[in-house]
Amino acid sequence: MPLLQIRDLSVHYGAIQALHGVSVDVHEGEIVTLIGANGAGKSTTLRAISGLVKPSGGQILFDGRPLHGLPPHEIVRLGIAQAPEGRGIFSNLTVDENLEIGAYIRKDKDGIARDRTRALELFPRLAERLQQRAGTLSGGEQQMLAIARALLARPRLMLLDEPSLGLAPRIVQTIFAIIREINATGTTILLVEQNAHMALRAANRGYVIEVGRVVLSDDAKALADSDEVRRAYLGGH
Amino acid sequence: MTRLLQTLMDGVAVGSLYALIALGYTMVYGILKFINFAHGDVFMLGAWVSFTLAATLGFAGGAPPWFAAPLVLLGSMALCGLLGFTVERLAYRPLRNAPRINVLITAIGVSLFIENTGQLEPIGWLAERGLAFPFGTRPQRMPALLPDATLFEVVGVQVKLVDVLVIGIAFALMGLLQWLVFGTKLGRAMRAVSHDPKTAALMGIDVDRVISFTFVVGSVLAAAAGFLAAEKYPSLNQPAHSTWILLGLKAFVAAVVGGIGNVRGAMAGGLLIGMVELFGAAYLSPQLRDVYVFSLLIVVLLVKPEGLLGKATVEKV
Repeated sequence: MPLLQIRDLSVHYGAIQALHGVSVDVHEGEIVTLIGANGAGKSTTLRAISGLVKPSGGQILFDGRPLHGLPPHEIVRLGIAQAPEGRGIFSNLTVDENLEIGAYIRKDKDGIARDRTRALELFPRLAERLQQRAGTLSGGEQQMLAIARALLARPRLMLLDEPSLGLAPRIVQTIFAIIREINATGTTILLVEQNAHMALRAANRGYVIEVGRVVLSDDAKALADSDEVRRAYLGGH
Repeated sequence: MTRLLQTLMDGVAVGSLYALIALGYTMVYGILKFINFAHGDVFMLGAWVSFTLAATLGFAGGAPPWFAAPLVLLGSMALCGLLGFTVERLAYRPLRNAPRINVLITAIGVSLFIENTGQLEPIGWLAERGLAFPFGTRPQRMPALLPDATLFEVVGVQVKLVDVLVIGIAFALMGLLQWLVFGTKLGRAMRAVSHDPKTAALMGIDVDRVISFTFVVGSVLAAAAGFLAAEKYPSLNQPAHSTWILLGLKAFVAAVVGGIGNVRGAMAGGLLIGMVELFGAAYLSPQLRDVYVFSLLIVVLLVKPEGLLGKATVEKV
């Protein structure tokens, strides 16, 4: 049974339908990516999983349990953490306080301390800036903080929304290397990206979303090699 | 010299009361981005509930026992905290996704409701049992629950117990709040919610609970200010009297002058407003004491509109 099962998910924003029956499976241990153009409905899918938008149809099952009707703060407790689009850093708090907020749902002090150390090993640049206000970080550092913060919730499933957005290629490389490392230590990842090239290199499987529908799904390698994806998303010829 | 020190002490005392009230305005604004115009009425209720408790428990007249003051203070804080919780739950929570102007108008409605129901005549069967609630339309005199003692005298200034307690309790509560907001997990959650409620929810924070808590804390502080004000200035005007509205308004000015949304700013703004008002009254003209406060507001809005400790933000249109 997949860790996350999305069945026929529909979402409306007022009169506008953003998702038309999207189905996605994510198995334990995988990196799965949703790629597609801006406005295709990728972020909406993640927002529906986290409970930020209410689906108008379909089902989301996490570990076999329907998430329907649960508020966002309870969904986190089930083991789904999200690093949202635009990073969602608390810029009025210090870097360290942001990390502490990431562990808000946990009470195991020792475990939190261990995960904090590990997050700071993954992102040494954050370790140098712990007492700084998070608003003073560069874009790349803020993205690192968003991922580190999600890590501190010790999620079974991590949702990453456009981690490459607005970042220099070298920093994108670093961040994707760390995403793979996080996955290698047992965290399942659902990754939303416009940067299809990077996403398909990191992922095991991928889904292509166009105007609210899944139009293609396959192994990441097969998708990267397919003519359709190359033409539309990889700038190939 | 005597006059200067006396004014200074009164300024700190009155200013710390403004600061206690201003904290409630600023905390709610920080989290929900709207001005809770009913907050000044919680201060008024703090004073009137203190009076009613003192009268009902038989502390009026004679020398009240030592525990009278703390009991009435805590009782008033608890009841007003409950009121703050209820108002948020019934009036503001249903409007969570409504435009801010709707919430603002609702706050004005809540304010009028509290003021005017507060002035209804006491309910018969309650009054028969010695509980005069609501408070009616007559002014009352708050019984002195604190001994009218002068602690010591410096260069002709009598330092009274009531002033020392007003300042001491107000500063203790502000210290406690400072610790709560900046030193605890819950305070961290409050600051996270005030910055971005959606992302805060993604961190597992129950945003509605944090908001309820914020209202309770703000109301509890305003109630404490109400009790202290009633002990310092015992004549209580009836609930809808304009003096209450003016006091609430001046505390709001304190929050704006300090930088609305900023906890330390509200404390600084409150003290500053108290000083400006009392020094103006003592050295210029006592008739114009309100004018000094609102002139200061105009100057701050012209020179540093984000407030003394506030950060400039660009309003998105």
